[in-house]
Amino acid sequence: MSKQVRQLDRVVIRFAGDSGDGMQLTGDRFTSETAQLGNDISTLPNFPAEIRAPAGTLPGVSSFQVHFADFDILTPGDAPNVLVAMNPAALKANLPDLPRGAEIIVNTDEFTKRNLAKVGYATNPLEDGSLNGYALHPVALTSMTIKALEALEVSKKDAERAKNMFALGLLSWMYSRPSESTLDFLNRKFASRPHLAQANIAAFKAGWNFGETTEDFAVRYEVKPAQMPPGTYRNITGNVALALGVVAAGVRAKLPVFLGAYPITPASDVLHELSKHKKFGVTTVQAEDEIAAVGVALGASYGGALGVTTTSGPGVALKGETISLAVALELPLLIIDVQRAGPSTGLPTKTEQADLNMALFGRHGEAPVAVIAPNSPSDCFYAAVEAARIALKYRTPVLLLSDGYIANGSEPWRLPEISELPDLQVEFATAPNGPDGQFLPYLRDPETLARPWAVPGTPGLEHRIGGLEKADKTGDISYDPANHDFMVRTRAARIEGIPVPDVEVDDPSDNARILVLGWGSTYGPIGAACRALRARGIDIAQAHLRHLSPMPANLGAVLKSYDKVVIPEMNLGQLAHVIRARFLIDAIGYNQVRGLPFTANELETMLEEVIKSA
Amino acid sequence: MPEVPLKLTMKDFKSDQEVRWCPGCGDYAILAAVQNFMPELGIPRERITFISGIGCSSRFPYYMNTYGMHSIHGRAPAIASGLSVSRPDLSVWVVTGDGDALSIGGNHLIHALRRNVNLKILLFNNRIYGLTKGQYSPTSELGKITKSTPVGSADSPFNPISLALGAEATFVARTLDSDRKHLQSVLRAAAQHEGSAFIEIYQNCNIFNDGAFDTLKEPETREDYLIRLEHGEPITFGAQGQWSVVHPPGGFGLKVVPTESAEASDIVIHDQTISEPAYAFALSRLPEGDNRHTPIGVFRSVDRPSYDRLVTDQLTEAKAKLTAEPEAELASLLSSGDTWTIL
Repeated sequence: MSKQVRQLDRVVIRFAGDSGDGMQLTGDRFTSETAQLGNDISTLPNFPAEIRAPAGTLPGVSSFQVHFADFDILTPGDAPNVLVAMNPAALKANLPDLPRGAEIIVNTDEFTKRNLAKVGYATNPLEDGSLNGYALHPVALTSMTIKALEALEVSKKDAERAKNMFALGLLSWMYSRPSESTLDFLNRKFASRPHLAQANIAAFKAGWNFGETTEDFAVRYEVKPAQMPPGTYRNITGNVALALGVVAAGVRAKLPVFLGAYPITPASDVLHELSKHKKFGVTTVQAEDEIAAVGVALGASYGGALGVTTTSGPGVALKGETISLAVALELPLLIIDVQRAGPSTGLPTKTEQADLNMALFGRHGEAPVAVIAPNSPSDCFYAAVEAARIALKYRTPVLLLSDGYIANGSEPWRLPEISELPDLQVEFATAPNGPDGQFLPYLRDPETLARPWAVPGTPGLEHRIGGLEKADKTGDISYDPANHDFMVRTRAARIEGIPVPDVEVDDPSDNARILVLGWGSTYGPIGAACRALRARGIDIAQAHLRHLSPMPANLGAVLKSYDKVVIPEMNLGQLAHVIRARFLIDAIGYNQVRGLPFTANELETMLEEVIKSA
Repeated sequence: MPEVPLKLTMKDFKSDQEVRWCPGCGDYAILAAVQNFMPELGIPRERITFISGIGCSSRFPYYMNTYGMHSIHGRAPAIASGLSVSRPDLSVWVVTGDGDALSIGGNHLIHALRRNVNLKILLFNNRIYGLTKGQYSPTSELGKITKSTPVGSADSPFNPISLALGAEATFVARTLDSDRKHLQSVLRAAAQHEGSAFIEIYQNCNIFNDGAFDTLKEPETREDYLIRLEHGEPITFGAQGQWSVVHPPGGFGLKVVPTESAEASDIVIHDQTISEPAYAFALSRLPEGDNRHTPIGVFRSVDRPSYDRLVTDQLTEAKAKLTAEPEAELASLLSSGDTWTIL
């Protein structure tokens, strides 16, 4: 029986279930199949902080949203067209995000009286008519999976656990996804337990065949490959991109990389990834605490390595004193902050951009550092390379601000040629630089204001550095008032003088009077909102900041050339505050701290209102 | 070790900086003993690094004509760990004090010791906060009256040797600022040890805690108060050897008894190589409140691979798997996993 095939240009699917149901893996596999097909993709995992919250409850719901299209897309999608709900909790938690008419695939086996009661359903929503506005597909996922695996030698528990693969098989059929990579993946993942590989593959195939045969799914969909620039692509999350960027920086600098890290959500994956790449001369130390993590990184930088530490907001707070020491020592140091919702433990698995103030100002004394923020998962790679470049060349700590949204979200990445990456090689000091043959550790390069990097082991350059204020040039301890004033201003000038690219404005009409300015991970939703407005004939200009410190030299002039500047941020207006203070511009903030990225739709509505009132 | 014997002297290890401790401070004696000992290492100056935290003792690196870093309070073991692990060619020394190492930096100290990082840690213990002008420290005795405890502190002190042994440090020793010969013998043993070497140095602060260790130094008391540990020797002490350390029969721990009343077979023969830390721990519990029965010397010196070596071995093994130039390997790393090509 051949079924009707309908062409779509874009689809948003959300897989939702209990945190033990394997929804992240299911989403990941679907994404990988979709990438193979050449669609553009953007993904958004969303999971609770608890590893296994009580089964079947609302706090235990974990989801993975994937948006794929035959054109280039900027976000994981505002609202799903399809919801896969593995239990009543998943349905209840995700239904509010679904537009009317969306397809819902539910695992009916889990809609028991007890499970319904657990999430406060008085009646069964599959039967009470409350889902009449949606295209509901009730599927007995669990029992069909168990039945499909009857002939195999697997326990009932293992069979039941394979139900996510049944769901994946069904969705893969519905959207005409190639299945080879998933079958390969399952064989690899369960290489040591072939009976589980067999069971999961059987479940996947059962799901696929169910789609093909059942009357309930009358239509199959296709989404054609997107027109993307030629090249080799892979799908990548922000955290993996950061790690690969750090490895690349080490290779391009011809320096060993030394990572000190303490496990923290959502940054731990950067540690995990980097710990796999020792052959590139990458050492990873899981330190006893956040302070030690930055301490070992700084110690390694002192010894001539690229010292890196990865963490999230609470960790940056603990590292503050050591970062200030690195400011005083004028040594390279890369601090990666994968931001999460705060304060305190906050919402550890949810995203936020509220560490900007801390990155810019959160240290004692006048302690300026460079701050850079990637704007998408794949951009994390280039941001890490750029941050390392600044750290090495200007001998300064650099704070990189990623966040939970792009850390765990993914998109296709066109692989760069290694030779296109900047050359990060540095020269260590090898000989005395003073007029009388002495070594002056704080004699600066007149252009960069960087001091010599004289690593232990270099004969003739023995010297002492430390946190006490140093005399200009000699680096000796100095309590001289004029010297302190000079050194504070010089450290500030060194950061302020780092050349960063001008900010570019995207305004196809060249007529826009309103500029929307963002930084970091909001690039996607802001860009999608601007596109939607322009498609409706409304002019809007978009600019996005990658360098937060120092800021692009043209920024003030750009901002002043528009009637209004709107700054959406996932905080209460931290960039807006800086822009107001620095450029005396009455920027309009649009702020949300819901632990979730902006939707393009809400930004479009907000911007339209600003434009109307202008 | 250098190819050509080095002809370094104590003078080579003095920096051009003016030493600024209070006149009479025990730190001067330690500095001189260390500078005098350094040529013996046979390591060129550029390969030696001193890293310190904050406190009076932590000014030490400024006075050594080697590489050095005066870092932040309590964090020297962490910073030094990063340097040591990334640069196995260096000899890395940590200089710290009782407040720096045991209070604000306690966590880093115990973790450096448990990992067995190749650091030589000199803890100057004067049982007081000197640089902040006289508050009690984590090694001050219970009831200590200071500026911050006018009616006496309610804190029980740490015994630094017990603490280091609790963290299973592989080399643990104690010495005195005023006994250069003994201090240098301990430095020598520490320098030869692979992994963390923890040395507690009793140091007199003549301004805020003068005389804290006088009973161990005065000719009238020292012979009866100090227990000089010598590997392989019976532990007897006193001017006439009238005291002995024994395993009390059927008892727990160690005890000091008059030698004449001790069974010869009960007298402990000091063995610093016992792998189980309980013996050294029992030794560390001998001192009494007035410092009576304070052992000095090497409590424990056992072999365990250093963290540095284990990490370096992993790196070396991984690097041996590089089959192409790093740039080419990087290209294949980036394109690993599921990729697709658009023409």
